[in-house]
Amino acid sequence: MDAILFLLFATLAVGCGINLVVQTHPISSALSLVGVMGSLAVLYLLLGAEFMAAAQMIVYAGAIMVLFVFVIMLLNAGAETRKARSKLALPLGAAGLFALLAILIFSVQALLPRTDPVRFGAFTGGTAKAIGQKLFTEYLLPFEVTSVLILIAILGAVVLARKEI
Amino acid sequence: MEFIIISLVKAALVAFVLLTLAAYLVWIERKVLAHIQLRVGPYRVGPHGLLQPLSDLIKLLTKEGVMPASVNKFYYLLAPFIAVALALVSISVIPFGNEIEIFGIRTWMQLTDVNIGLLVILAISSVSVYGIALGGWASNNKYALLGGLRSAAQMISYELPMSLAIVSPLLIANTLSLREVAQAQSGFIFGFIPNWFVFQGPVPQILSFLIFLIAGFAETNRVPFDLPEAENELVAGFHTEYSSTCFAAFFTAEYINMVTISALATHLFLGGWNPAFPEPVAGLVPVLLFFGLGLVLLYHATQTVKTRTWDKYSFPVVGLIACGIGSIFLTPFLPLPDALAKIAQAIGPLFWFAAKTGAILFLFIWVRGTLPRFRFDQLMRFTWLFLFPLAIFNLMLTGLAVALWK
Repeated sequence: MDAILFLLFATLAVGCGINLVVQTHPISSALSLVGVMGSLAVLYLLLGAEFMAAAQMIVYAGAIMVLFVFVIMLLNAGAETRKARSKLALPLGAAGLFALLAILIFSVQALLPRTDPVRFGAFTGGTAKAIGQKLFTEYLLPFEVTSVLILIAILGAVVLARKEI
Repeated sequence: MEFIIISLVKAALVAFVLLTLAAYLVWIERKVLAHIQLRVGPYRVGPHGLLQPLSDLIKLLTKEGVMPASVNKFYYLLAPFIAVALALVSISVIPFGNEIEIFGIRTWMQLTDVNIGLLVILAISSVSVYGIALGGWASNNKYALLGGLRSAAQMISYELPMSLAIVSPLLIANTLSLREVAQAQSGFIFGFIPNWFVFQGPVPQILSFLIFLIAGFAETNRVPFDLPEAENELVAGFHTEYSSTCFAAFFTAEYINMVTISALATHLFLGGWNPAFPEPVAGLVPVLLFFGLGLVLLYHATQTVKTRTWDKYSFPVVGLIACGIGSIFLTPFLPLPDALAKIAQAIGPLFWFAAKTGAILFLFIWVRGTLPRFRFDQLMRFTWLFLFPLAIFNLMLTGLAVALWK
């Protein structure tokens, strides 16, 4: 059951990812990205990271992508027109992609140490409680630094927006 | 295998009840609004218009579904589907009552209890913007597009105070599962004030209850925040181009969202299925209520107005039904065989949950009959400059109090 669901949503994630690049209309691309985020959330859930799954849905699929869609709708961006391109682009690109993937897989296999394969249901530390405890004891400094960073980003956004008015 | 069968039966039951409730909520809303404005409301189809939802349903399903020529077909059809599917999903983590035992099977009156229950609801509510926004965009109509844009901006903005308002009672309950949140509110303060989060110490959550309700009105696009479908500026807003079944889907989604928000408010602030009074009184309240209603109706059956011909029949029938429901609530007080007694104990919590949710749903309708609509800039200023700081203040206060006294 877990394996079937994993295969289903992994395929969906990769399919949506490819669709994101292939589609010409920005709304279609943005919604494909939502599909990728949603499938990733399901994969997190299958691996036992419930809190991560919910956060993924709320932050990425919910907040960030809604903002993307909002901006696309506000600008009323139409479908992008394909310019005349070199005929070599597609075969060269495909070959380059395969080469990159091959190098990546080879280096991951060669360089990283062998560990036990991931098993469904083996990991149980993904609850809100477990993550909260880790976050506020072991990783307190990175957590606080990140929040300060986000605060600075918000202030920067406010300052930039002020200049426009 | 047994788990799958029980889950399927429960899911079918919940979906059926929810959809029927959504249909009758429209009838109740039209009736209440009518009475607020001194009209009678739907009156022709069935006694007091009781069959109006059915006739509306038939009308919506058999009407021609017009698809305008210039719409984006795929997204135009996807949008109502997203809206109604997501609205139905989020009810699955909400419990309706205590654990019950029917025919030897012990089960909770809830579809599933996940330990991130509230986060699931927040996640789904944050994704459900897509239904409305996409519907508005795909219609290729300036009014619909404006409606969709407004809805997206409004729902992102009101999600923040809503989430912050939810966090405060969670700090006291110390869990994310709605079942445990409701269990944390059982019992009474001084023996008579219910131990709900609106009353419970260290900080009574009245402020965050109000923030949650206001944000809930905005999240469900209800008056006074129904800017996405403001009919005097945007024709019908995001669903201008929709007709027939697709329109019905948007309509149903809105009412199901209302039910979800009300049920959530009940669980987070009003004690879920816990009764409002200590035990012997709590069991008698529904009995008195239903018998009172029944007797009032039976009395009025003898004094009907001549022009309202239906009342002669409908008053005694509804009165007798009310007495019948009242006597069902008497069953926990009777000596019954063990199997029946266990079912009888389940209806008390169900009544209290339904009563509180119904009260909040009535508030939704009441507000619609009372308040005028905001302007869009007022709406944005209200949430960012007032509601959001207030929610943060309440959260900090609660956090401090919980850290000091709990």
